[in-house]
Amino acid sequence: MPAPIRLRELIRTIRTARTQAEEREMIQKECAAIRSSFREEDNTYRCRNVAKLLYMHMLGYPAHFGQLECLKLIASQKFTDKRIGYLGAMLLLDERQDVHLLMTNCIKNDLNHSTQYVQGLALCTLGCMGSSEMCRDLAGEVEKLLKTSNSYLRKKAALCAVHVIRKVPELMEMFLPATKNLLSEKNHGVLHTSVVLLTEMCERSPDMLAHFRKLVPQLVRILKNLIMSGYSPEHDVSGISDPFLQVRILRLLRILGKSDDDSSEAMNDILAQVATNTETSKNVGNAILYETVLTIMDIKSESGLRVLAINILGRFLLNNDKNIRYVALTSLLKTVQTDHNAVQRHRSTIVDCLKDLDVSIKRRAMELSFALVNGNNIRGMMKELLYFLDSCDPEFKADCASGVFLAAEKYAPSKRWHIDTIMRVLTTAGSYVRDDSVPNLIQLITNSVEMHAYTVQRLYKALLDDISQQPLVQVASWCIGEYGDLLVSGQCEEEEPIQVTEDEVLDVLEGLLVSNLSTPVTRGYALTAIMKLSTRFSSVNRIKKVVSIYGSSIDVELQQRAVEYNALFKKYDHMRPALLERMPIMEKTATNGPTEIVQTNGETEPSVVESKHLPPVTHSCISQSFDYLLLLTLCLGIPPMTAYNKNGLKIDFTFERANPNPNIAVITIHASNSTEADMTDFVFQAAVPKTFQLQLLSPSSNVVPALNQGTVTQVIRVLNPQKQQLRMRIKLTYTLKGSAVQDLAEVNNFPPQSWQ
Amino acid sequence: MIKFVLMVNRQGQTRLSRYYESVELNRRAALEADVVRCCLSRKKDQCSFVEYKDFKLVYRQYAALYIVVGVTDSENELSIYELVHNFVEVLDKYFSRVVSSGPADGSRLKLFTQLRTRKRSEFSKSAVALVKKTFVSV
Repeated sequence: MPAPIRLRELIRTIRTARTQAEEREMIQKECAAIRSSFREEDNTYRCRNVAKLLYMHMLGYPAHFGQLECLKLIASQKFTDKRIGYLGAMLLLDERQDVHLLMTNCIKNDLNHSTQYVQGLALCTLGCMGSSEMCRDLAGEVEKLLKTSNSYLRKKAALCAVHVIRKVPELMEMFLPATKNLLSEKNHGVLHTSVVLLTEMCERSPDMLAHFRKLVPQLVRILKNLIMSGYSPEHDVSGISDPFLQVRILRLLRILGKSDDDSSEAMNDILAQVATNTETSKNVGNAILYETVLTIMDIKSESGLRVLAINILGRFLLNNDKNIRYVALTSLLKTVQTDHNAVQRHRSTIVDCLKDLDVSIKRRAMELSFALVNGNNIRGMMKELLYFLDSCDPEFKADCASGVFLAAEKYAPSKRWHIDTIMRVLTTAGSYVRDDSVPNLIQLITNSVEMHAYTVQRLYKALLDDISQQPLVQVASWCIGEYGDLLVSGQCEEEEPIQVTEDEVLDVLEGLLVSNLSTPVTRGYALTAIMKLSTRFSSVNRIKKVVSIYGSSIDVELQQRAVEYNALFKKYDHMRPALLERMPIMEKTATNGPTEIVQTNGETEPSVVESKHLPPVTHSCISQSFDYLLLLTLCLGIPPMTAYNKNGLKIDFTFERANPNPNIAVITIHASNSTEADMTDFVFQAAVPKTFQLQLLSPSSNVVPALNQGTVTQVIRVLNPQKQQLRMRIKLTYTLKGSAVQDLAEVNNFPPQSWQ
Repeated sequence: MIKFVLMVNRQGQTRLSRYYESVELNRRAALEADVVRCCLSRKKDQCSFVEYKDFKLVYRQYAALYIVVGVTDSENELSIYELVHNFVEVLDKYFSRVVSSGPADGSRLKLFTQLRTRKRSEFSKSAVALVKKTFVSV
């Protein structure tokens, strides 16, 4: 069999494949060759084959059959074999495969190998994919290597220890003595990995954190040396000496100084020094400054230092480099809660970032702008934010609109400004606003009484321009319904009043009803608005016509409304003005539901508005509440009557219809006795014609006290499905002064409302 | 913490991938494709840090090759950005000269600088090894 091709050849071959299928074919062919080579137990070329396998694995093809081969390579004595074997183990094996445990012995032997490179390989592999069992077994070896004087091994051992601690946190104490003089090394590699190890330990255990606080002076000294030392070619990156180590140390200082005053104080000087001395012309310097700023903000630093940090961030904002601006905006967002005033100073720069082309920067700038809005800068900020809303991408519009509403609500300098702002948002981003903003806006408008005329005029003008944005249309139609009379009479003080006739207004509203752009909810609003105008306008006939047309609409909601409004015109015309009166000023957080309805005289849509978090379930609530309203007013309209009055016994009937079925009349009889003696054994009986059904509930008592001192009440329920005139024959029996009395009577004088 | 390092070309083919936490093979392809799509669609004047799902991507373009590093939220993005560049410079220094060697050693060559000069580049197994070792659990 010919020698297997080299990795380089394989790569070249694969690169020539023009399609995915071709590449797959080549790889499968090579895999087959490799597999047969493995079966032949070919020692010479095993290394080469596994290398090729690893490359194919990296491209995404399965390579699990190479796992055992990796183990064989690890067990070999040649360094080249071991190297590929360990690499393979790191890539192909992890703790989920059972095979990996077989490596433990090999690694153990290699950790004690004479060559440092082999030891290094073993440490790398253990630190990469060691499972908890392996880590437990080999932790001792790692700890031993952590104390060696060989810096090459020491740095690898430190990283391996990090992995061991992550897998088996209980072993942390084992590494504690070894960390004692880790920081006194000169070698940067060891320093770096030691700092990583210390960071890991401090993050995991508060005891360790307390223990390592005493290292703060040492860390400060190392950092100082790094900054002060001159050019050293091995650590130099663009003029700064080992920036990666500096960043690491700063991060560790942040963790150590977090809630500790003493440590924070020890760090103050060095942080100030780093902040002022670092070169900012290259990105490296900025990376260090960024880390410094993060550290200053997190520890208990003095205020001068914090101001310095925010100024650095401000400078970042002016930088041309996008990355730096992004990073600055992110950090400012984190600090705006705590250092609000300092961040305010950079407000104009932040607002400029709204115009940036980069999406991430725009988003950050928008969030930060909303966080910075306060009573003083609201006008200016809102102008910028509204401009941003006009020009931003759709993904931002919803968030921006909500933010604008919130800010406007908190800090609006005047009602007119508030309404103007909300109108602006509705006209520019109307389709993106959240659903609950419509009821909120309605409530706001209702409460600003003096602005009604101005508001309705502006909304009317907006409607003329554009009826596609549903929230705007809904609010506008509600307002026109409520304040249409102000619109027509041209009473606006704030603005030039426009001349609008009633017909024009009705045209617009009818247009909404028929338009394809209107959603069912919007149509509901429009119909109700038209109805309300029937009390405010004089052209009632036109309104009646419109309402009756929609009585046969396909949309059930619309149909129900139209039918009820029709009923309002026909049967309850006397109640129409009262029902359609103006809405009173609403409480912000009142209860919702029918209780509220009884007190208000107008339409009930906004009663659902009160609680901000409820979606506006206007339709069903309205019809339900309308029923209640009608019924209640109806019941108030039925007068009580006297059914019987003879020999001192008076029986009064009172009527209710407080149940869902309008065919049932609930009559309560009140029997009173004006004679001097009590009437005992009082029994009331009633009979009704055949078309009715009667139900007598139990009486309150059967003694009617003398001299009108009390009444006996009893409830009668009469079902009157055919709505015929109610007649009743009653029979009364009682005992008065020892003698039994019996009487029959007919009751014919029921009021018409009780059975209609 | 670094979650993964990817090197992808403009066509979206992965040239090098190294994961520092276990991700299944089938999910890797999807993840790589998605990440690459995210980075390739960005214009020149946009910043190099992208928020992707619950972690961040730091990417850097070198001619036709994109180097993407996935990091957790707590990482300093600017310093990772520098690290990527440092890595590229190291590879450049290490492989900038063709070294001829005996057959027993296998091949130890190839030219990372070719990346910069728009020629095709290849990775030898030692380059792959070096890359992997450089990024041991940082």
